[in-house]
Amino acid sequence: MWFEITSEKLTAEALIQRVRRDNSGAVLVFLGVVRNHNLGRGVDFLEYDAYPQMAEKVMREIAEDAQQRWDINDIAIQHRTGRLEIGETSLLVAVASTHRREGFEAGQWIVDRFKEIVPIWKKEIWEGGEEWIEGELAPKQAG
Amino acid sequence: MRLFARLSELAGMRDRELDAPEGATPREVFALLAQETPGLQAYSDRLMYAVNAEYVPPEHRLAEGDEVSFIPPVSGGERVVRNHI
Repeated sequence: MWFEITSEKLTAEALIQRVRRDNSGAVLVFLGVVRNHNLGRGVDFLEYDAYPQMAEKVMREIAEDAQQRWDINDIAIQHRTGRLEIGETSLLVAVASTHRREGFEAGQWIVDRFKEIVPIWKKEIWEGGEEWIEGELAPKQAG
Repeated sequence: MRLFARLSELAGMRDRELDAPEGATPREVFALLAQETPGLQAYSDRLMYAVNAEYVPPEHRLAEGDEVSFIPPVSGGERVVRNHI
């Protein structure tokens, strides 16, 4: 398993190579990508802030939970911080499994859980304004 | 002590050393901080707390040398509200 918060550009192929093994018939890859609009307004770019040491720990907890629930061979997760332009990748998740079904199910669950509890925040910046996007309440404690 | 995202912008800092009373809790430390920076007050019911990079309850007792972090809501927190509150 492998987890990283980085300010460098993310490339899916590098993450795939971290999880792919000869016993896996499926590698599911998810890319979270910066979108040019949200909440009915345009977005020029995003800025991500993170608590890297804690985020990496929480990502590992999520991955270990996923491995308890599904028959998964390996998981790698990366999130980028700093300024990201429209179309750039902010989140990469790769899940290797013997069969595809477990990969799809685990992948969806991992991304949902990630958005709920990993200490990473995004600020939307548009012409004439900016806003930190915050959920209604604090993240639920892992486990 | 560490602050992130909007909290850090409001307070104008990301981290700082502070002397808290023996056995203080993260909630109490945040209340002290919010007295200096009134904008933080709005977050007192919406925060999670972490000590040494692990989530802890608001009443966790701090020990000397602990690193306490104030975790504002993350963007995908809405579902948590629906499911757990």
